[in-house]
Amino acid sequence: MNRQAQAAVLFLVGAAMLHAGFTNLYLRYVKAGLQPLLLLSGAVLIVAALATAWYEWRRAKVTKAHAEAHGEAHTEAKSEAHAEGDGHEGDAHEGHVHREPRIAWLLVLPLFALILVAPPALGSYSAVRTGTALMKPYGLSKLPDSNPLTIGLVDYASRAVYDHGRSLGTRQLKVTGFIALDKSGAPFLVRMALNCCAADAQPVKIALTGKIPPVLQPDTWLEVTGTYSAKQTKDPINNGPIPYFQVALAKPVPTPKDPYDESWNQ
Amino acid sequence: MAITTEPAAPTTETPPIAETPQQPPAPAKPEAPAPSKEPKEPKEPKEPKEPKEGWQLNSPLVLTMVLLVVVLVQSPIRQALSAPVMQSWMTVFVAVVVQALPFLVLGVLLSAAIAVFVPPTFFARALPDNPVLAVPVAGMAGAILPGCECASVPVAGALVRRGVTPAAAIAFLLSAPAINPIVLTATAVAFPRNPEMVLARFVGSLLVACVMGWLWQRVGRTDWLRLPAHEPHEGETKGAAFWGSVRHDVMQAGGFLVLGAMSAATLKAVAPASWLRTAADNPVVAILALSILAVLLSICSEADAFVAASLTQFSLTAKLAFLVVGPMIDLKLFAMQAGTFGRGFALRFAPTTFVLAIAGAVVTGAVLL
Repeated sequence: MNRQAQAAVLFLVGAAMLHAGFTNLYLRYVKAGLQPLLLLSGAVLIVAALATAWYEWRRAKVTKAHAEAHGEAHTEAKSEAHAEGDGHEGDAHEGHVHREPRIAWLLVLPLFALILVAPPALGSYSAVRTGTALMKPYGLSKLPDSNPLTIGLVDYASRAVYDHGRSLGTRQLKVTGFIALDKSGAPFLVRMALNCCAADAQPVKIALTGKIPPVLQPDTWLEVTGTYSAKQTKDPINNGPIPYFQVALAKPVPTPKDPYDESWNQ
Repeated sequence: MAITTEPAAPTTETPPIAETPQQPPAPAKPEAPAPSKEPKEPKEPKEPKEPKEGWQLNSPLVLTMVLLVVVLVQSPIRQALSAPVMQSWMTVFVAVVVQALPFLVLGVLLSAAIAVFVPPTFFARALPDNPVLAVPVAGMAGAILPGCECASVPVAGALVRRGVTPAAAIAFLLSAPAINPIVLTATAVAFPRNPEMVLARFVGSLLVACVMGWLWQRVGRTDWLRLPAHEPHEGETKGAAFWGSVRHDVMQAGGFLVLGAMSAATLKAVAPASWLRTAADNPVVAILALSILAVLLSICSEADAFVAASLTQFSLTAKLAFLVVGPMIDLKLFAMQAGTFGRGFALRFAPTTFVLAIAGAVVTGAVLL
């Protein structure tokens, strides 16, 4: 890949980072706190692309002037060398031709993946293959007084398991997550908890009981309203605890802005 | 359009194959794609000849064609990628790249600044002359580079190019991603009930980094290192050298990062998680299993503590091994080290690091946990 092409790839990668950072696209892949760094690196890549193009243009001009001073034969050799695409130093007579990294072509792949495909956030496929990652919290904050109370899925699960629902009582609760079905077809409501990027995302699961809709599609997002249930089960994958939730009402909702639970980052 | 251009793309792949047979006189072993060829400067009278064999395609043209073809056939591509396993693969792949790229850019900027603006005398003065002492000093200096392991590879490369003894640069390379304050804070948050984990991680990582540095001092050979010695050229302004270094490092390390991200995504999407449960029963197997898992998963060192904490059925020592091995060697790092230092280096360095990191974690774990 010669330098013009490198400048183009740098520019496109930088633009893709800016695009992902300015829309909510980046939240499908990384934690929200990474946004300023994403934007900054996108800007740096674009500046690097422009600088490359500018220095390349200037070098071509200098080389041309240089060649004209050296006469016809030299120019030919040089312009040919330039057309090869390796066109590197343009100073082959100094014996310093070296190749540009060929591995750089791989950078085109994430570009396509991000711009053309934009894969969705991790869903039920990963959730049913990984054990629930519920961790003992180191302190439970006081819950607000609203009714019904909107509570994060991870928060509900840790209060249900490690606090035995004492702070939940019989209050009306609203929990949002996506549906995953285990091998036997039992429905779980899941939220992927994320620390840094989707590669380290792990599911936290709650099992549903009560008035569950008869047909459930995996990966549909649901907001369930109901109450704490003292029933618990174990995740067969890692023996992690999975609390139940007593559903009174379930309604489909659009995918939230940040599909991951990032409460561990606070 | 799609039909006429399709054959064009593969032709670019051909030159490397066409050219390998012409290189037998070159030192036999290292055939790493890009960097290893650069030090063969004595051979270069040959190189201007090579490209004349009818390759009239230049890379901007190929790039434009590839982009056009992909845009034209994007709906079949999307369909092919709609299976859940492919979706999950793509998500992890994009996530690893998007997460690592800012840190890579940070590391590349720092390394370009070191290569262009910091005079070599600075490091000569900052580090003790005795390499045996320079190693722990460089290892401790790793604590000031905030961020994850992607940043430390280009910076260590720049340090070596700037005349820092490789032993010290290696200690820095290995310790920086594991003992900086951000990573240690994340470890403390992930292990609220085991604060000794933070100390164990710090001590274990620093220990392994120093041992690796000293080991290099004793048995390392500089001809294993193949640093792309591309700058500075005479007559080049500092700005040109700076941006040239940034461009080169982003393209090269970025390419290798993509390679590492692909393998990590493959493992995450394909390998079943249930085999871990059986591994946890035997303490020795548990340590080995988590060390291998750390290599395969290639998680950012800022996040690996949380993953370790979630592996509840494993012993603390096994988790420590996961935390010590991961930032030092994983698939993504191996690819990037091969790109920065040459394949010959990476092939020797990676297994040694792996074994020593496990040993360091076990020793530290036995004393502290």
